[in-house]
Amino acid sequence: MSKLHVAATINGEPAEFLCEPQQTLLDVLRDELGLTGTKEGCGSGDCGACSVILDDRVVCSCLVLAAEAEGARITTVEGLATGDVLHALQRQFLEHAALQCGFCTPGLLVAAKALLDRNPNPTETEVRYGLAGNLCRCTGYDKVIRAVLDAAAEMRGETVA
Amino acid sequence: MTRFAYVAPTSVEEAVSVLFDAKGVAKLLSGGTDLLVQLRAGRLRADLVVDTKKIPGMSGIAAEPGGGFTIGAATPCAVIGEHAGLVAAWPGVVEAACLIGSTQVQGRATLAGNLCNASPAADSVPALIAARAVVVVAGPEGQREVAVEKIVVAPGRTSLARDEFVLAFRLPPRPARAADAYLRLTPRTEMDIAVVGCGINLVLAADGSIASARVALGAVAPTQLLVAEAAAALVGHRLDAATLAALEAATRAACRPIDDKRGTIAYRIKVAGVLARRAAVIAYARAESRR
Ligand SMILES: Cc1cc2nc3c(=O)[nH]c(=O)nc-3n(C[C@H](O)[C@H](O)[C@H](O)COP(=O)(O)OP(=O)(O)OC[C@H]3O[C@@H](n4cnc5c(N)ncnc54)[C@H](O)[C@@H]3O)c2cc1C
Ligand code: FES
Ligand code: FES
Repeated sequence: MSKLHVAATINGEPAEFLCEPQQTLLDVLRDELGLTGTKEGCGSGDCGACSVILDDRVVCSCLVLAAEAEGARITTVEGLATGDVLHALQRQFLEHAALQCGFCTPGLLVAAKALLDRNPNPTETEVRYGLAGNLCRCTGYDKVIRAVLDAAAEMRGETVA
Repeated sequence: MTRFAYVAPTSVEEAVSVLFDAKGVAKLLSGGTDLLVQLRAGRLRADLVVDTKKIPGMSGIAAEPGGGFTIGAATPCAVIGEHAGLVAAWPGVVEAACLIGSTQVQGRATLAGNLCNASPAADSVPALIAARAVVVVAGPEGQREVAVEKIVVAPGRTSLARDEFVLAFRLPPRPARAADAYLRLTPRTEMDIAVVGCGINLVLAADGSIASARVALGAVAPTQLLVAEAAAALVGHRLDAATLAALEAATRAACRPIDDKRGTIAYRIKVAGVLARRAAVIAYARAESRR
């Protein structure tokens, strides 16, 4: 079957790629474009390790065909930092030691960014529900939630206690 | 995933002819949160995947002049949850749509996919049936409108022809003193499949008695059930103890569930009655506040 040509914007840069119709966006990000920050945990929408922001909504890239990305704007974990300056979420994850193996971390960072983009001042409950689609086998979530709440406070310009 | 071809038609007519001309198995793609999981697991095979999302007007919500709403078939559930007018008029439909999956799944999942995947446990379907929602179906002869409860005929099977697809859902205008509610039971609060789901839609008379009612159940039979006896138990009454007991009994009597890892037959029947009672109380309170 012939390959499909797709043009999209990835992390603010125009990107073009060829893909097979059955390749997912996750496959293309990792295998064709070398953006291996986005992880594959389950491939079935359950774990959130593959989270990316597609046209302002966080989605599981394992459940998006690469061909569907035509014309779309995509943000992956590689797009969070500005040059050498980490995003507030990334810094707070380090500060709180909100990761152990780190496999879930890119997905959590991307999902948390999407959450704060929509709701800069979430409650703890809103963060817990908002990130319920991101599974972590290591941290027990508490440190993750605190890191997100502190990043939100920092981004609002409040000093973090 | 096994190999398939992908097309994204840009008009309804093109989509219909692509479906008609397809050799082998053609599957429509909305959010992909059922389809891609099934293709990948090998539970389903497709030769052609037809993406509906590039057809103009497939996504979005319109408030109709007469008071109803039209929801495009490819509208993600997250967008449904953010529509203030829809939340006010149809809180039960919205809460059912917003129970589907995680934030990630919400960004993609649609009502059309939830309905046409034809799972007995699909959360939005009982709420849509209770709401008297109508499906706008596109096909070679143009468009037709069908009640939601006429679409699913068996687990995994719909009444749509191979060259038909869902264009939109229509929700009727809402009088004052009317509201709906949807409840489901899952062992955990997020990311689980309904053991039982129940949608109830009530219209109250000026004296506070129930003027009309619709009760629909999910996950207690091969398809969603519209339970006329349960609705009849409500009409003409307020939600006094006897009425709620009659509702519960009629609801339980309609259930024909299976035993599986999520619940036994006895448990599902019991829970269906409890959810009907609770959903009725919520819908009634909402209706009273919409004078
Ligand atoms: C992690 C996870 C959690 C989930 N949780 C829930 C849950 O809590 N409750 C629940 O009910 N479901 C749940 N689901 C299932 C799924 O997300 C929903 O059923 C969703 O609404 C499907 O919509 P979709 O647009 O993604 O469908 P798709 O996958 O695009 O399509 C589903 C089916 O409908 C057909 N179809 C799609 N569009 C049309 C159309 N316009 N006309 C005719 N046929 C069409 C497709 O061919 C396919 O057979 C979950 C899924 C995942 C991955
Ligand atoms: S890899 Fe996509 S949700 Fe797990
Ligand atoms: S840190 Fe290991 S899975 Fe989350």
